[in-house]
Amino acid sequence: MSQDGVNKGRRTLLLGVTSGLGAVGAGFVAVPFVGSWNPSEKAKAAGAPAKVDISKLEPGAILIAEWRGKPVYIVRRSEETLANLPSLAGRLKDPENSNKAQQPAYADNVNRSRKPEILVLLGVCTHLGCAPKYFAEVKPEPFDAQWQGGWFCPCHGSRFDLSGRVFVGSPAAANLEVPPYSFESENVLVVGVDEEHA
Amino acid sequence: MSTKQSNGFMGWIDDRLPVTQTYEKHMSKYYAPKNFNFWYFFGVLSMLMLVNQILSGIWLTMNFVPSQEAAFASVEYIMRDVPYGWIIRYMHSTGATFFFIAVYLHMMRALMYGSYQKPRELIWLFGMFIYLALMAEAFMGYVLPWGQMSYWGAQVIISLFSVLPYGNELTEWIRGDFLISGATLNRFFALHVVAVPLVIVMLVVLHLLALHEVGSNNPDGVDIKKLKDENGKPLDGVPFHPYYTVHDMVGIVVFLMVFCTVMFFFPEGGGFMLEYANFEPANGLKTPAHIAPVWYFGCFYAILRAVPDKVFGVIGMAGAIAVLFVLPWLDRSPVRSWRYKGWISKIFIIVFAFDFVLLTWLGTQPATEKLTLVAQVASVIYFAFFLLMPFYTRMEKTKPVPERVTGGH
Repeated sequence: MSQDGVNKGRRTLLLGVTSGLGAVGAGFVAVPFVGSWNPSEKAKAAGAPAKVDISKLEPGAILIAEWRGKPVYIVRRSEETLANLPSLAGRLKDPENSNKAQQPAYADNVNRSRKPEILVLLGVCTHLGCAPKYFAEVKPEPFDAQWQGGWFCPCHGSRFDLSGRVFVGSPAAANLEVPPYSFESENVLVVGVDEEHA
Repeated sequence: MSTKQSNGFMGWIDDRLPVTQTYEKHMSKYYAPKNFNFWYFFGVLSMLMLVNQILSGIWLTMNFVPSQEAAFASVEYIMRDVPYGWIIRYMHSTGATFFFIAVYLHMMRALMYGSYQKPRELIWLFGMFIYLALMAEAFMGYVLPWGQMSYWGAQVIISLFSVLPYGNELTEWIRGDFLISGATLNRFFALHVVAVPLVIVMLVVLHLLALHEVGSNNPDGVDIKKLKDENGKPLDGVPFHPYYTVHDMVGIVVFLMVFCTVMFFFPEGGGFMLEYANFEPANGLKTPAHIAPVWYFGCFYAILRAVPDKVFGVIGMAGAIAVLFVLPWLDRSPVRSWRYKGWISKIFIIVFAFDFVLLTWLGTQPATEKLTLVAQVASVIYFAFFLLMPFYTRMEKTKPVPERVTGGH
């Protein structure tokens, strides 16, 4: 107790308690404002599977489908391409699919695919999200003198082979993601659904 | 200090609101050093561009439609059908470029004359926060026309946050979707036209209040408040109004002549101000063959690309901006202006200026092996300028600073 009847300890306590409660209140008020930035129900519902007819896909050709607004690359690889892929292992960051998040279990194999020749990849660079460009031909490219075919990202120069595996020297750290997919029939691919229908 | 009238209309006002007192404090009795040179135009020119952006921006919102479906078409509508829409949009897009030109030269001025040194650290900090807000503002504004560059620029910049802990959740939260979409566009519109401009205006007020508290620096780095006449006015100072208001008018007219030339004859700035890929509507399935930022982000983008690693690239880019904030504490020189600093500082400041221009150019070019190597060397020079500053500014021999300012009008 001070002389003029002011209880400083009580004032400090009251000030502390009201400020603390005010801060808690402000925290609760922030919840709707911060939460409002999360994806809406509409955005969450927009993830329907995409059906793709691959009957007209020639060996070496690419088909770009859209799934959840993102590009999906579908390539039919030739026998020579598949035979050549293991030889690239020494130049790749992750040749053995050790990053399990980048492909479903059924694509965690040497070809990163369900059927060896059909490759399905999400066309989103694992660096900063651009859509890598398909350079199919085996020939020296300005970005790689020993180019064996694959993808080159125009944004920051990441390079991926014909299994979507990232080359050493790229800014991207992970292989291109294999989205969940399955075959409804011999020539109809469903992107976004894991289990087999046929 | 104010001579308060208590009669007349102004007297009535002044008794209720300190109008005359404020006018005197910041204009007619604010003493600025008399030796300001060319470099001292760019503060007021930055403010002019801020006013230009706010005015033209308000008019643009009257016809712009912030939605994924309609944004691109509404910009076409502004350009083709809205009376004077084209000139208002070009004022805004050219204004962004000239805003950054003015701000970069304004910062260069501070670098040459040590205007960030004690007691002006807070002025520099507020200025840096303005710069940061301005970069956010410019980035979000570029997304709004919803062209190819808008879309993929947003994709790359937002993806930068994915290197932080909880990166995927964070980028989803910023986008409001699992990809760049209408939700992203709408929130960027809200931030671009309301939130960030409010912050910038507030910071400009703080920047000026802090400046008027300690007084302006000058090309000699001399403290003009040390020597005053019998009335307490600095011997080397002149009232801001009318001396510098009239003086600045000349700079404004010349600046606007250049501004108008670009706006009327080169509104696209050769693809550096409005990129050609942005004349194509956003397409989430196809990245343009060459994606580059608008010129004013080139320097930091070049540093990002120079590092062949995702996390360290982002750290390098963020570090290049962050290091500017601590500049007042890196410079240990006993003198402010480079006129009296040693030759190492002088050479380093010139090299840094060229280095910055080089990086800015590199950031707009496709990354070939050769250019990447140049960008790596330039990035090292960029950081060396700042990180070695505590050593070379302390070691070098400085020249004696005069009592009074030299030159002047």
